[in-house]
Amino acid sequence: MTGPAPAAGQAGSPDGQAGTPGGLRAAIASGRFVVTAEIGPPRDANPEAITRKARVLSGWVDAANVTDCQGAKVKLSSLAGCVLARAAGVEPVMQLTCRDRNRIALQSDLLGAAALGIPNVLLLTGDHPRFGDHPEAKPVFDLDGVQLTWTARTLRDGALISGQRLEHPPGWLIGTVENPFAPPASYRARRLAKKVAAGAEFVQTQYVFDVEKFAAWMAELGDLGITERCAVLAGIGPIRSLRVLDILRNEVPGIYVPDDVVRRLHGVPADQVADEGITLCVETIQQVTQIPGVRGVHLMAFGFERGVPDILERAGVGPRAGLAHAQEGP
Amino acid sequence: MPSESPASGWPRPTRPRLSARFAYGLHALVAPRPFYRWLAAQLERHPLLGRWFTAGERITKEQIFGCQMCGQCALPATGYACPMTCPKQLRNGPCGGVSPTGQCEVHPEMRCVWVVAFERSEKAGRGRDLDLLQRPVDRRELGRSSWVNYWQGRDEGLWVAATSADPAPLLYRDPAGAVQ
Repeated sequence: MTGPAPAAGQAGSPDGQAGTPGGLRAAIASGRFVVTAEIGPPRDANPEAITRKARVLSGWVDAANVTDCQGAKVKLSSLAGCVLARAAGVEPVMQLTCRDRNRIALQSDLLGAAALGIPNVLLLTGDHPRFGDHPEAKPVFDLDGVQLTWTARTLRDGALISGQRLEHPPGWLIGTVENPFAPPASYRARRLAKKVAAGAEFVQTQYVFDVEKFAAWMAELGDLGITERCAVLAGIGPIRSLRVLDILRNEVPGIYVPDDVVRRLHGVPADQVADEGITLCVETIQQVTQIPGVRGVHLMAFGFERGVPDILERAGVGPRAGLAHAQEGP
Repeated sequence: MPSESPASGWPRPTRPRLSARFAYGLHALVAPRPFYRWLAAQLERHPLLGRWFTAGERITKEQIFGCQMCGQCALPATGYACPMTCPKQLRNGPCGGVSPTGQCEVHPEMRCVWVVAFERSEKAGRGRDLDLLQRPVDRRELGRSSWVNYWQGRDEGLWVAATSADPAPLLYRDPAGAVQ
């Protein structure tokens, strides 16, 4: 088995049979603090938009998600974005949602990702087209997020949903998402438990702004024995303006910004909101790191990828040694 | 309806018109037994009879549960709140977009059907039902009678316990009968 992220320039080379064991898998297995981030592909065919973001993150993260038409808006495909990101030195995590594909297309893309050596996949239900740029589109949702996670595990175990055997099964690490803050509060840990039973090995959470509530959710996961079987990465991101704060609170479903955060950002002069937001983000990383069971952070800094190294450095999380050059063994 | 959501083509969360307790009670009445199995066989043998029966099922369940006639009823495992009325038709619990007050993200004026399912299941002492892993929906059954399917034993394996250890829960229903 070869090392993690292949060096730049190897995009598309299927090293290893299918889904090369990656740096993220090794990082999680080693028990050290894990950092992932997010790369949002552009709404056009410009590869440079991905490459630029990936270069900034390279060496600072264990892996970066490439989103799948985030917000139900058309973007360059996640699979293509993963290949581009890897070529730019970042180990990719292919996000895949149930919104646009039926079970045939989902399995097909999962197999394709493995054949291209994408080492990690992240399965989720996906936003409803209502919120996107093509609200008239057919919402597919042939499977749900739990079933898609289960499908990935089934493929890796060597079979399709139909039960047909695979001669060369994929080998990626399987991830998923969960929102600890959405109702019903006392069901959210159990919902993740279902995904873990279905095959999830790591989970990235929705933005954590309410650390106390997050800690309570983590305690529940601990009681269910989930934190031992699934690496929890806390979703963190900077709020850099009052406008963004407003959008997060009112326009993006599922994000919970508690009042004390709102007060804090409103309490500083307008030209200092960005700094305060970043400071808050740094503090949140430090706080979640103290919570038992948290294995790392997932940084969502849309349009602010360049700020990720600074945020990590201030939070006391150093660079990821050797990642970009793929020297580190599993 | 005047204050309609942006689109009515998507499923709409429906609050059941029957209490969970009453629905669980009713279920005991339709549990498979020789007479029902015989009836189901007759209904499948006589298409006209079958169509009338299915129409009756559709009308009743539409009125009470907002039934979408998926043909593979999950109601007994969801506190009798129909997951097919979720705009994403999620079978395994709520999505992450539920509002802090428990409203649906697609139809903000409606309560999330999974929040309703959770509350009803808990209240009826059937909360653990929501931990079951629900297998993917067989889209071929759309429009067919789920009662007939139930009596004919085709609903067995719609869900499986979420055990995480060995053996892991199988996604396909019958490993022996899987197509090669």
